[in-house]
Amino acid sequence: MSSTTTARRGLTTTDLALVAVFAALVAVCSVVAALPFGVNGVPVTLQLFGVFLAGAVLGPVRGFLAVALYLAVGAVGVPVFAGPVGGLAPFAGPTAGYLVSFPLVALVVGLAVQRARAAGLAVTTAVVLVGGLVGEVVCWLVGALGIALYSDTPYLATVKATAVYVPADLVKLVLAAVVAAAVHRAFPQLLARR
Amino acid sequence: MATIELDDVTVTAPTADGEVVLLRDVTARLTERRVVVVGANGSGKSTLVRLVNGLVAAASGTVRVDGLDVATDGPAVRRRVGFVFTQPAAQLVMPTVLEDVALSLRRHVKDKREREARARAVLAEIGLADRADTSVHALSGGQQQLLAIAGVLACEPTVVVADEPTTLLDLRNARAVQERLLSMEQQLLLVTHDLDLARRCDRALVVEDGRVTCDDDPERAVAHYVESALS
Amino acid sequence: MRSLPLGLQVPGDTVWHRLPTGRKLLGLVLLGVGVVALQGPWLPLLALAAALAVALHAGVPARSLALGVRPLLVLLVVVAALQTWQRGWPVAVEVVATTLTLVVLATTFTATTPTDDLLDAVVRVARVLRPLGVDPERVALTFSLAISSIPVVTTLFTQTREAAKARGLERSPRATLTPFAVRTVAHAHAVGDALAARGLGDPD
Repeated sequence: MSSTTTARRGLTTTDLALVAVFAALVAVCSVVAALPFGVNGVPVTLQLFGVFLAGAVLGPVRGFLAVALYLAVGAVGVPVFAGPVGGLAPFAGPTAGYLVSFPLVALVVGLAVQRARAAGLAVTTAVVLVGGLVGEVVCWLVGALGIALYSDTPYLATVKATAVYVPADLVKLVLAAVVAAAVHRAFPQLLARR
Repeated sequence: MATIELDDVTVTAPTADGEVVLLRDVTARLTERRVVVVGANGSGKSTLVRLVNGLVAAASGTVRVDGLDVATDGPAVRRRVGFVFTQPAAQLVMPTVLEDVALSLRRHVKDKREREARARAVLAEIGLADRADTSVHALSGGQQQLLAIAGVLACEPTVVVADEPTTLLDLRNARAVQERLLSMEQQLLLVTHDLDLARRCDRALVVEDGRVTCDDDPERAVAHYVESALS
Repeated sequence: MRSLPLGLQVPGDTVWHRLPTGRKLLGLVLLGVGVVALQGPWLPLLALAAALAVALHAGVPARSLALGVRPLLVLLVVVAALQTWQRGWPVAVEVVATTLTLVVLATTFTATTPTDDLLDAVVRVARVLRPLGVDPERVALTFSLAISSIPVVTTLFTQTREAAKARGLERSPRATLTPFAVRTVAHAHAVGDALAARGLGDPD
C-alpha cells in the first residue's frame, strides 16, 4: 500500500532496498548448508536457489543488479560465498565461471517473468521453470568454461563431466519456482511498474 | 512549532480488482507540540502519518507542512520531517552506529570529519556515545530504536513522526524511547497503541475504518476509542 | 547460525589504515592476481608469510584471521590431500598457501578500512559511470545496505526455520523458504520506506 514517491532516475528507494536485501538473501542462501555434507568436495548450499529466486521475484534488471551486488560484496571481503569465503579468492578459483554466470542466470529468469507479465499472465511456477531451464543451461556452460580454463581440460569434456551437478540445480530451480510464485501472490505489485 | 495541515485528504490503494480506500476525507490542522493518533490495526492511522512526508501519496486533497505542499515540495518537506518506524532493523542502514548517524548527515555536511563530529555529538545526547563503533546489530532493540531517533534528530527536523515506535520494545526500552520522544523540542506526531502514552500528548485523533472519528483532548479521545473498540 | 564477521574494523593508525582506500583496493586486486600466478611451493609460502606480517603489523587480531580461515579448513585439507595424491605435494602447498594468502589479505583490507571509506571509494568508481545514468551516492548506499542487511536476513532465515520446526515441518524446504522469501520482500519494502523517509531518494 505504501508507495515511494521519490522515483527520479529509474529506481525508487524500494527498488534499491529490494536489490540490496536480495543481495543479502543470496549471501545467506550461500552460507547456509542445504545438506550437512558436500558432493565431490563442493558444499551443497542454496546459493543457486537464491539466484533463481532473485530473478524470478525482482525481474531482469533488479534481479541482475541484486546478484551482481552480491558478487561485489563478496569481492571486497565479506564471506558470502559457499564455504563461507569472501574476497577475491573465489574469483581466482576453478568455480569462478559459476560466479560470473549467476547475474546472467538471474537476468534470464527475470526476462521470462517479465515477458509473462507483459503478456498479461500471472507469474506461475511454470513460467519461472521455463526461464530457469534456460538459466540453468547458461550456468552450466559458463561454469564449465571456468573449470576448463582453470584446470586445462578440453571444454566439451568438462561440460559432460559437470552434468553431474545439473540434477541438484534443477531441484533448487523447482524450489525457487514454487517459492517465487507464492511471493508474487503475496506481493502482486512487485513487477507492476515494469 | 510546525504546522501540519490535511485538507480533505483521501488515500486509495490498488488491489487485484479495482482499488480500496485507506483513508477518506480527512481534514485537520495540527499545531500542538505532541499529537497522537490511535486506532485499531488496519484502521488507516499509519497511512495518515505516512502522508506527512510523502511516503503515501494522497489520491485527492492536499497535505502541507509549514505551508509546503508534500506533493510538489517533497524533498523540502522530508528535510523538515523525520520519521521513526516500528521496526528499527528496517531503518538502520549502515553497519556501525556512528556511520548510520553520519549517513543522515551526508547531505547537510560535506566534510567527513565534521560529519563524524556532529554524529558523535548526537549520539552523546541520546546516550549512545560509548557504542559509536559497535555494529548496529549488536545493540538491543531499545538501543536500535534510540539510534534510529538519533539518525532522525541529526537532520534537525521540525517535525518527528513516530509510527508505533515502542510496540516491539520491552518495558524499560519502551520507557526510554517514549521519554526521549516526549522531551524533544520538535513537534511530535505519534501513532501508538499505548493509551497511557497517548494520554500524555496534547491532542489525539482516533482513526476508525479510514475516517477520523474523534479529534479531541487525549483523555476524551482515548475514552471514545476504548468505548467504540470494545463495544 | 554463524554470524558473519561484520563491523570487525580494527581502529588504528598504521600505514595500512592510512593508505587511501582506492589505492588499497587496487593493490589488493593486483596482489591477488599476482599471488595466484605464483608457482611452486616456496613463493606462495613466502607470500603467505608476507601477508601475515602485514596483518600483524596492521594489528588484525588472530581471531579475525582464524574466523576467515576456519570455514576453509576442511575444504583445504581435502584439496591438499587430492592434489598431493594426483600432482604431488608442491602443488598442494601452492594451492593451500595461495588461498590462505588471499584470505589474510582480504581480512586485513576489511579490518583496516571503515565501511564509510569503502563507500567513498565505490562512489569514486561509480562516478566514472555517471554518463550512463548511474548515481554514485545511490550505488554506495545500496552497497552498504546489502552488507548491513546480511545479519537481518540471517535472522529472518533462522526464525522461519524455527517456526517450520515448531510446526513439525522441518523436512519441508518449502515450509521454510516460502515464508523466508515473503518476509524478506516485506522487510525490503520497509527499508525502502525508511530510505525515502530519510530523504535518500530525493535528488541533491
